Amino acid sequence: MSSAILLEHVTKNFNDFIAVNALNFEVKAGDIYGFLGPNGSGKSTTLRMIMALIKPTSGSIKLFGESLGENRSEIMRKVGCIIEKPDFYGYLSAKENMKLFARAHLLNYSAAQYDALFSLVGLKGRENDKVKTFSHGMKQRLGIAQALIHDPELIILDEPNTGLDPQGIIDLRNLILTLNKERGKTILFSSHILSEVQEICSNMVVINKGKVVVQGGVSELLSQENLTVKLEVVNPVEASVVLQQSNWAGMMESQDETLFVFNMGKAEIPAMIDYLSQHHIGIERIDYRNQLEDYFLKITNA
Amino acid sequence: MNEFLAILKNELIKTIRRPRSYIGFGVIAFICLMLQGAFYQDGKELLSTVTAQFDNIFNVQGNILNGNLICYIVLQTLIVQMPMLVAFVTGDQVSGETSTGSIRFLLTTPASRTKIVVAKWLSGLVYTLFLLLVLGIFALFVSRAIFGVGDLMAMNSEGLTIIRADDINWRWGFAFLIAFLSLSVVASLSTLLSCIMDNSITPIVTVMAIIIIFTIIGMFDMKSFDVIKPFLFTTHMISWRSLFEDPLPVDNIVASCAILFLHVVIFLGAAIFYFKRKDITN
Repeated sequence: MSSAILLEHVTKNFNDFIAVNALNFEVKAGDIYGFLGPNGSGKSTTLRMIMALIKPTSGSIKLFGESLGENRSEIMRKVGCIIEKPDFYGYLSAKENMKLFARAHLLNYSAAQYDALFSLVGLKGRENDKVKTFSHGMKQRLGIAQALIHDPELIILDEPNTGLDPQGIIDLRNLILTLNKERGKTILFSSHILSEVQEICSNMVVINKGKVVVQGGVSELLSQENLTVKLEVVNPVEASVVLQQSNWAGMMESQDETLFVFNMGKAEIPAMIDYLSQHHIGIERIDYRNQLEDYFLKITNA
Repeated sequence: MNEFLAILKNELIKTIRRPRSYIGFGVIAFICLMLQGAFYQDGKELLSTVTAQFDNIFNVQGNILNGNLICYIVLQTLIVQMPMLVAFVTGDQVSGETSTGSIRFLLTTPASRTKIVVAKWLSGLVYTLFLLLVLGIFALFVSRAIFGVGDLMAMNSEGLTIIRADDINWRWGFAFLIAFLSLSVVASLSTLLSCIMDNSITPIVTVMAIIIIFTIIGMFDMKSFDVIKPFLFTTHMISWRSLFEDPLPVDNIVASCAILFLHVVIFLGAAIFYFKRKDITN
């Protein structure tokens, strides 16, 4: 598979502040790639650099194998994006806004094509309303229409679920999957919510404080083989003795009063519950999380 | 359609559709009609007071309260307001989009930043041209329709000059051309400041502050000010008045036009230079 996006040692400084620090990652053509990080981690700065809105301090950005610095215009014909909140010309209607973008891409859209575009994003019937009357969610939908208007090969979506209602989130998820599976679009999808990425992305990169924390396939990174299992019991003294004699003793990471923390696979959990029941240990609560989820929750809470 | 023409068309559509674009036309029409009404009511009395001081030198005959004189007075009156009306629209073209965020969509189209700035600047010039056309229609043609045509008594630094009615139309044509060049300097300065600043009000206020400061410097005959006056664009913005002198100071007019044109080139060049390097962070 060829490379749609390739970032090599990309750094961006704003005076003394390092927003992005020697970032490397590659998005393969045809992928849905999740770009994760807490607020302020450098996601938007990175996406703005990929869209040539911000110049990197150092490093190289290539899209479709071509240098962004040297072939920006050609590259932009193949890229559609929503960067942060979508802002349009409020004094124009949704359709008039789209006409501006179509013209900027030298496209001559027919009325039927506009109808299809507005239907696709769920704005059919509102296309002649002024954008200033739109809610944030409707603007977000219009932003998606704008990103798709020139049928780009690569679509960059910066937190596109923001402001969408639950149905809108589902619609967007289905749209992304359709665009990828049926039209072969490459999608870079940024979010600070892991579950969003988990549901639609095949690969992901997590950044924090401008640096890559982890990257790889979603199924491998969020594997159920390596979970943090938290077990809360009624009788911790007895439970401690029983567990020390069990097969899971070596998997125990810590104990804090009634709470035991294990590092183990999901498949082991039913057996452990059975074992504790047989030894009359009352289970108050049990939950488990992938270690990456655990880490991600920590950094996003921070 | 050519890419540059496409984005220029977009910029013109945005200018036409923005409600603020029409404030300038309204202000010009209002000021012209207000002054015409006032001169229609009290103009003869006012002029007789002015001409009384020349009574012992020569006799004034014919229709001196005519459309040409009213237009001359209107243009003198609007010397501060016209740049403000131009800056009101052109100062917001880039910074307004930066503050609202729509600039992000604009800059992720294939068009280069240079083309985008030049398209915005050109649409600003088209707007300026239309402002001047409206001014021309109201100040000259409506005034002529109300007050008739006649010789122009033009007061200037050299004294009183009489321009005959059959020798005036070409002067008005060139006067409006120089006014357009002068306002193009304002539009270019507004575009530059609009590229530098990230909110829509500051460039407009800054342009006005610069014009006010330069105009004040131009008003005082002081040696320290005299050194810098030739380099201030405001000094040359009033060179349209020279077209109503006799003999015509052609060299001065050409020099002023060249300096104004140089200002346009410098301001636009600086705007492109800055905008090409600007990080869009909001």
